[in-house]
Amino acid sequence: MDVYADNAATTKMSRTAVNAMLPYLDECYGNPSSLYSLGQQAAEALQKARETVARCLVCEPREITFTSGGSEADNQAITSAATLGAKRGKKHIISTTFEHHAVLNTLKRLQAQGFDVTLLDVHENGIVSADEVAAAIRPDTCLVTIMYANNEIGSIQPIAEIGSVCRQKGVLFHTDAVQAAGHLPIDVKQQNIDMLSLSAHKFHGPKGVGLLYARKGIPLTNLIEGGAQERGKRAGTENVAGIVSMAVALQEATAHLDENAQIVGALRDRLIEGLSRIPHSILNGDRTHRLPGNVSLCFEGIEGESLLLLLDQRGICASSGSACTSASLDPSHVLLAIGRPPEIAHGSLRLSLCEWNTPEQIDYMLEQIPQVVEYLRGMSPIWRDLQEGKKRYVIQ
Amino acid sequence: MLYSEKVMDHFTHPRNVGVIEDADGVGEAGNPVCGDIMKIYLKVQNGIIEDVKFNTFGCGSAIASSSMATELIKGKPIAEAMTLTNKAVAEALDGLPAHKMHCSVLAEEAIRDALKDYCNKKGISFDEAASVAVQAATVADVEGKKESKNNQA
Repeated sequence: MDVYADNAATTKMSRTAVNAMLPYLDECYGNPSSLYSLGQQAAEALQKARETVARCLVCEPREITFTSGGSEADNQAITSAATLGAKRGKKHIISTTFEHHAVLNTLKRLQAQGFDVTLLDVHENGIVSADEVAAAIRPDTCLVTIMYANNEIGSIQPIAEIGSVCRQKGVLFHTDAVQAAGHLPIDVKQQNIDMLSLSAHKFHGPKGVGLLYARKGIPLTNLIEGGAQERGKRAGTENVAGIVSMAVALQEATAHLDENAQIVGALRDRLIEGLSRIPHSILNGDRTHRLPGNVSLCFEGIEGESLLLLLDQRGICASSGSACTSASLDPSHVLLAIGRPPEIAHGSLRLSLCEWNTPEQIDYMLEQIPQVVEYLRGMSPIWRDLQEGKKRYVIQ
Repeated sequence: MLYSEKVMDHFTHPRNVGVIEDADGVGEAGNPVCGDIMKIYLKVQNGIIEDVKFNTFGCGSAIASSSMATELIKGKPIAEAMTLTNKAVAEALDGLPAHKMHCSVLAEEAIRDALKDYCNKKGISFDEAASVAVQAATVADVEGKKESKNNQA
């Protein structure tokens, strides 16, 4: 059986999203900046897409800037807030220890330019508290940037509360909603969000396209200079097919949000319950405040990459926060941030589901994963030491 | 594909997995914090490695390197096992990705550690034995090259 359980990495495009983009790769190939009707058709499609996504986020079309994806949107949001802050002599930014690298590495660059960055603790359950955000805000704070939901452990942050704290204190609030968009409710007005990033391929849209919402009145700093596209804030001929497709995908996901959350949440709960029966395993991230599709566990005594390779052999696509799955030698900064020791973080497994996963696939994973964990533990010297009492279990 | 077919073969069907309870030499390399630990068990008779087993906590290439390294020394004289290099392990696996080369280094270190343990138990100086082994290997290599030259001539 084949199971795609890595929807947090990317999703399969929906049929509607594929069909929506096809005309703009084919007969409607005009440049939206061109005056003749072929170009204006593209310009209209772009405008319609902007209106659609604005409705989904509850904002105005002109508050949307289309980008190449979530990373670019994160970079532009943070850079813009920092530029604005620096002009006013405010060079302090608040974020968390488990943000995506698109945020953390942008903050690192700003630190090198003289900004002061406070990274808040996310606690064992992977949730930052709005009170701690409030306590960290200083007179020179120019930005709070906190993700809506974590990509590895799925924990959902109290975004509306953080937004309200920031609004009261007059500090800009940006949220990286790449994992949340299309899966959790978004209302930028009600949630007091000043800037928000999202990426189309996380909700059955195409790769290479995303957007930045920035409340009107917030001046954006260009990352790409050139023509006057996107009100002069993001140069380069627009990815018309991608943008149109993203709008359709977001609309589709938003329309079925509650229904999908129910279906996916039920699959997730069965998977969590079943996998938690594996001895010496632990769930990462809050049990209830979590993305409908996220399952993340650590298994003591094994290493994640070998787990993924064996699951791949059995048709299961999953991911891990093990160092060996990347070119770096450190395990996932997210798992370290919630207090998992490195040797435990190496043994992590993330399964991320979508509404197209089936109960049969869950049964299959519940049959296969415990077998593979047991097999790898059987050849693990650490597991042997634990079993013989030479070492103490970290996970009880 | 990240790994060669050989690596995948040794990863999915690892040779010599296990533990030797009355081993003549036991060695370990790596660190759980870094995500790799290899343990090697040797059974030696008349200077020959009669049996070798391994236990590994680590990624696919760590398990494959352990498997290949044990295959390379099984049935070989101690002196020959002492000359095993990480390069030889990686080459036998048809290469490893650059950031996975340390897995083959770990295999070399774990085997060396097990041989050291064996020498200690037997009261032999490992360094002396190893240098003799390397010299012998070099001599054999030179002789081999001479011979093949002569054959060509």
